[in-house]
Amino acid sequence: MQIKVDRELCTGCQTCVASCPYDAIVMSEDKALINEYCQLCRACLSACPEGAIKEYGATTASQAADLSAYKGVLVFAEQRDGHAAHVAFELISAGRRLADTLSVSLAAALFGASDTEAEELIKWGADKVYLCDDSSLTRFNDEPYSELLSKIIADHKPEIVLAGATAVGRSFFPRVAARLHAGLTADCTSLEIEEGTRNLLAIRPAFGGNIMATIVCPDTRPQMATVRPKVMKTGAYEQTRKGEIIKIERPAKPSRTKVIDVVKEDSNFNISLQDAEVIVSGGRGLAEAKGFAMLGELAELLGGTLGASRAAVDEGWIQYGHQVGQTGKTVCPKIYIACGISGAVQHMVGMQSSDIIIAINKNPEAPIFNIANYGIVGDLYEIIPLAIKKIKGERGI
Amino acid sequence: MDYFLTEDQEMIRDTAREIAQERIVPVRAELDEKEEFPTEIIKVLAQSDMFGLFIPEEYGGLGKGALELCLAVEELSRACLGVSTSYAANALGTYPILLFGTEEQKKKYLPDIASGKRLVAFGLTEANAGSDAAGIQTTATQSGTEYVLNGTKQWITNGGEAEIYTVIAMADRSRGARGANAVIVEKGTPGFTFGKKEKKMGIRASATCELVFDNCRVPRQNVLGRDGMGFIIAMKTLDQSRTGVGAQGVGVAQGAFEEACKFARTRVQFEKPIIGFQAIQHMLADMAIQIEAARSLVYSVARYVDSGAKDITKASAMAKTFATDVAMKVTTDALQVMGGSGYMRDYPLEKMMRDAKILQIYEGTNQIQRNVICQALIKELSRNK
Amino acid sequence: MKIIVCIKQVPDTAEVRINPQTNTLIRDGVPSIINPYDTHAIEAALAIKDVHGADVTVLTMGPPQAEAALREAVAMGADDAVLLTDRAFAGSDTWATAFTLAAAIKFLGCDIALCGKQAIDGDTAQVGPAIAEFMDIPHISYISKIEAVSADAITVCRLMDEGYDVVQAPLPVLLTVVKELNRPRMASLKGKMRAKKIEIRKLTSLDLSLDKNNLGLEGSPTQVKNIFAPEIKKDRIVIGGTAEEQTDELISILKAVKCL
Repeated sequence: MQIKVDRELCTGCQTCVASCPYDAIVMSEDKALINEYCQLCRACLSACPEGAIKEYGATTASQAADLSAYKGVLVFAEQRDGHAAHVAFELISAGRRLADTLSVSLAAALFGASDTEAEELIKWGADKVYLCDDSSLTRFNDEPYSELLSKIIADHKPEIVLAGATAVGRSFFPRVAARLHAGLTADCTSLEIEEGTRNLLAIRPAFGGNIMATIVCPDTRPQMATVRPKVMKTGAYEQTRKGEIIKIERPAKPSRTKVIDVVKEDSNFNISLQDAEVIVSGGRGLAEAKGFAMLGELAELLGGTLGASRAAVDEGWIQYGHQVGQTGKTVCPKIYIACGISGAVQHMVGMQSSDIIIAINKNPEAPIFNIANYGIVGDLYEIIPLAIKKIKGERGI
Repeated sequence: MDYFLTEDQEMIRDTAREIAQERIVPVRAELDEKEEFPTEIIKVLAQSDMFGLFIPEEYGGLGKGALELCLAVEELSRACLGVSTSYAANALGTYPILLFGTEEQKKKYLPDIASGKRLVAFGLTEANAGSDAAGIQTTATQSGTEYVLNGTKQWITNGGEAEIYTVIAMADRSRGARGANAVIVEKGTPGFTFGKKEKKMGIRASATCELVFDNCRVPRQNVLGRDGMGFIIAMKTLDQSRTGVGAQGVGVAQGAFEEACKFARTRVQFEKPIIGFQAIQHMLADMAIQIEAARSLVYSVARYVDSGAKDITKASAMAKTFATDVAMKVTTDALQVMGGSGYMRDYPLEKMMRDAKILQIYEGTNQIQRNVICQALIKELSRNK
Repeated sequence: MKIIVCIKQVPDTAEVRINPQTNTLIRDGVPSIINPYDTHAIEAALAIKDVHGADVTVLTMGPPQAEAALREAVAMGADDAVLLTDRAFAGSDTWATAFTLAAAIKFLGCDIALCGKQAIDGDTAQVGPAIAEFMDIPHISYISKIEAVSADAITVCRLMDEGYDVVQAPLPVLLTVVKELNRPRMASLKGKMRAKKIEIRKLTSLDLSLDKNNLGLEGSPTQVKNIFAPEIKKDRIVIGGTAEEQTDELISILKAVKCL
């Protein structure tokens, strides 16, 4: 395949030149020319206002015949200390929707947990659970996880396989995809089915969250994706829902890597960012580390936890564990209060699906106000202490 | 201004600038406040090969000269004179070995100095021997194959932090100035201890302390040059290092000037940025002129030194005096431009001004420099008669 | 010991903006840098070299201008630099990239392969683990601390969502590193001088005898269908007035959503 400029249509406007992430478009005789640096990323295709940039010789679905052998949706259900993690329920909800659209069944894979947990997955919407209840798998280890999941996929041939974009999912899914020569899309924020082709449309942020990209795997199966925790909402929980639990053996091959110890680290706040219903978050506008003490007090009064922008973490005002955004955590609380956060795109991709966003910032032009439901243009060092005082006053503290 | 630097010289300047920006600027206020030696920054300078700049390649250095050293010192000084003093004092302590050491001494010490593994200090000043260096009272008495050192050196930069000391001591008082020896003393030698760490007005990140010698025995082979050459070695060392002090002046002046410009463009009074007022404009223009003049002189002298010129005393004294007087003037005026803000510790200006003062004092006060310059003038005049 | 560090040259995404009218990236004046996570991988390799002695090779796959990233790594202290460059590699997704890099690492040989946890342009974090799979060696992701290195094994801390795991693996192994691991050193003067002169080794698909079906666009299962600007919500209410009034309004919102 090649991407070329139709010199008849090109008006020499240079819009494409700026759009190319690889500096592969140059001007030649007042027309755009794509040189050998082109990585075929297609960013320029949609950039050209004249439609002068075209793909030539696109690959045909050579293996199209094989694709129909793959059917169903499989979700990797992560567990922590033997209990299904919240992200597993989110994935089941997302997987259920895809399976229903495709009129296929939804299966889950669960390693290192018990039948009771497998039944939970069914109540959340899975039709089948492939369960390996060997307790050695309760601690995450890449090799046995890759081994088991690869075998399940090879045996049952699902067309779509999903995992959470967690430390676990993002570590071992690439191994599985490599082994199966499957396409894997990382860190998706939205999943759709393309009408007509049954292809999975995996939508994800790229370039630090500055752009969104839709990724497809037209010629291969299964189509794999990791999905950001907290982006998909959980579905309905049905106490009476029935399904099938299929036990599988632990892998025969011994693992080369050994997990010697597991250490849980407590942050100052016990509530994890991703489970919090209220997040009070601070950015560069706090101007100093002390500001977080104040935000922390408010967060505590609201029963929430502390978040931070990358700028605040980079300044060393607060630990990385609190960072929200592209390179931090994605959160979806009921209320997100952004204090002194200007709203860099990379921060907003991590919190924009919050139910209600309240922004406090001195600068009325701050981009955060574009996504905030409520914008307060003012000095956070006036408003926050006042709010703390009033809340305490009402509670008689 | 384009000073027609070579590619290597630009690279050296850029490397020093990068270190200054990324590693020094963020911590300079804290180092000053805590009077803390910049151990981490010294490590970075070592890892970046900065200590080997002027040391020949055969001893693990880069084989560059005075101009390259000035470029590095200027950039570090632009961020923090405390750090640049620690760096420059290392060169000061190294020159006696570099200029007068035997092959054996060079092989023993220079590679570790070039890699930054061991720091160096120069020990000349004493309580009763400041500007009048001939008054030194520390003695080095010969005893068999050893010299026995007794006495106290005062205000020694890098004292306590350095591993290698080049010390000037009297071996034969009867010979007056011709009776002094230059001796290498390593940290840990029995009888060699350190006195109190001094509390200073500025350059507080640099370590300054006493060297105390109490029957400290060093082998004969630690003597630099021949017996009795101590003063010549001290004077030649200072000739070499003075241009670097001038570069410190250029650097701190440049740093202060940039802060003042930044402030003047953003500070609004009477509904316009203060840079719009002629009073400020003239001050900034004068600063710019003085800095450029100082830089031109320092670079010219450094190039003159690198040309292999024999007598550099007058030229290097002129560079030191002019550039450090400029440093004091410019830091004072830059602070004035910033008014009350400049006086507050929230801005780096008050530190720069405190720091700059030492430049007019150490390595020969600017009054002594003028004496030196005039002595050279008199010599020239009598020669040309 | 032989260490290979895989690096990527990326546009500094902190500088990238999007033009909302045309939906395109504004890259004017955006510098190309070594992917920041990869600089921590380079530092990790150099730190191992400092203590245990090692030969450190940096490897990248990309167009000819990616040489600049390799030279920067040499300036930091890498001994050798290899550029994988070939028209056949163009359009590689993470699968094809990992396939190609794995072939190159096998060709060059190593005891430890290091990668940054992810690249800031794609943010996939997939290439490292996939390389390990293609090489059939173990990998440990997100390492935040190296506890011990010996001639045949390594013990590290792996950052997890709620803490960290201590993990041990035999060599050869592939590690992906996070920023918490170390602070990358600055390029040295000697390194910069060496970097200017060093000859960058170039490898093509022919050198590695690779099947074209597994390379570039042909070997990539995923394709970018389209690119668009992130959506922005528009329904905003601005709360004005004095700080007192703004605070009261804030509290009444919190009450309305039963947060208070």
